[in-house]
Amino acid sequence: MTWVGDNLDLIWSQLREHVFLAIVPVLLGLLIALPLGYVATRYGWLANPLTALGGVLYSLPSIALFILLPAILGTQVLSPVNIIVALTVYTVSLLIRNVIDGLRSVAPEVRQSAVAVGYGTLRRVMTVDLPIAVPVIFAGLRVVTVANISIVSVGAIIGIGGLGELFTEGFQKDFLTPVVVGIVLSVALALVADLIIVTIQWLLTPWARVSYAVKAA
Amino acid sequence: MFQGMLDFLTDPANWSGAEGIGNRILQHLWYTALALGIATAIALPVGLLIGHTRRGAFLAINVGNAARALPTLGLLMLIVLLMGRIGFLPVLIALVVLGIPPILTSTYAGISGVDPSTVDAARGMGMTEGEVLRKVEIPIALPLIISGVRTATLYIVSTATIAAYVALGGLGRYVVDGLALRDFPQMLTGAMLVALLVIVLDLFFALLARLTVSDGLTGRVRTGRRTTTGRTTETTTPVEAGI
Repeated sequence: MTWVGDNLDLIWSQLREHVFLAIVPVLLGLLIALPLGYVATRYGWLANPLTALGGVLYSLPSIALFILLPAILGTQVLSPVNIIVALTVYTVSLLIRNVIDGLRSVAPEVRQSAVAVGYGTLRRVMTVDLPIAVPVIFAGLRVVTVANISIVSVGAIIGIGGLGELFTEGFQKDFLTPVVVGIVLSVALALVADLIIVTIQWLLTPWARVSYAVKAA
Repeated sequence: MFQGMLDFLTDPANWSGAEGIGNRILQHLWYTALALGIATAIALPVGLLIGHTRRGAFLAINVGNAARALPTLGLLMLIVLLMGRIGFLPVLIALVVLGIPPILTSTYAGISGVDPSTVDAARGMGMTEGEVLRKVEIPIALPLIISGVRTATLYIVSTATIAAYVALGGLGRYVVDGLALRDFPQMLTGAMLVALLVIVLDLFFALLARLTVSDGLTGRVRTGRRTTTGRTTETTTPVEAGI
């Protein structure tokens, strides 16, 4: 435990790096997957090719993607940009299916009602379609966020890996403590992130809570 | 960048011997097959049992969720350090541990998702519990079971790559050795080969599912009835995937 006390600064900075590398791609991925998923439901023939492409990209090993990206993007091998782009690719690949499924779960009558009372396309999508799709989209968001937090560590192999650098450090020095600290913090981070997403979903879908409120009254 | 990779790939010296590309691919496939075989031998029976008896569902679901949050690199290094760097065995154990959750979870989900009335009908026809499992539940759950084995394979292939860092052979060597030598074309070759391997294995499982999953489940069977006009009216068999 003295190692923990002596290295609090290191642990703290690796933890911050880990959060940054894992969460930024989730936000970027969501920003890309939402319009892409909307376009795919609008032009139905796009949906199958897009989800198939997503399936292939999601199955690529992270270490391979971290190395292929610099060759494609022209970035430095040791640049954090590679990690962020790779995880964004994963996020979009997985979320695209959920966004499409979610938007398709909106009943046509609901959509038509919104149009009938005068909603324009943008307003309808933002205030009717998307809120109804929230549970399905958030199910994907939870999976991909937890997966991203775990994958960031792999970047330590090529020198940028947040808490993963505690693993490589412990391994090189034949010292268990940093490895255990890294695992515990990484799992804790995944749990906290999952809890935050569930809370946001709870806040975004007040109608899902109504039945409880009625029962309580 | 890609030119360097082509030079690496077309240099005959990189193809021959124990450190040649062919041998590295075989090594990688061997680690994967071994770990996948052991993981399946453990996870499949447990998943079938939990799914069939519906006892211990809590275990099956939570193993899957917990495994997703575990950082694979950390787990790998923890096991290697605990067992004292004695070669292949610790890495194999880590690969097996990573392969178990997806197979266990999806086998359980597939079997327990079979329509209870279908299972009841099978019992009503006089099938023993073993027959119900073998002839009804497993065929219906097969798409999900195969997808679990596929996911496990992808985990194992990519973690075996990372395991080159703790001195395993296979395609990960190009990544780790290339990094140590600042030889980017070599790293790129390794990454590209791993990605190709994954895509090929992915296609293999898609083909396997296509060949083994009953036509009655996929809706590919069409029963046609001739009408008086000589046309066939096609009715697609309802898909009962049990998911």
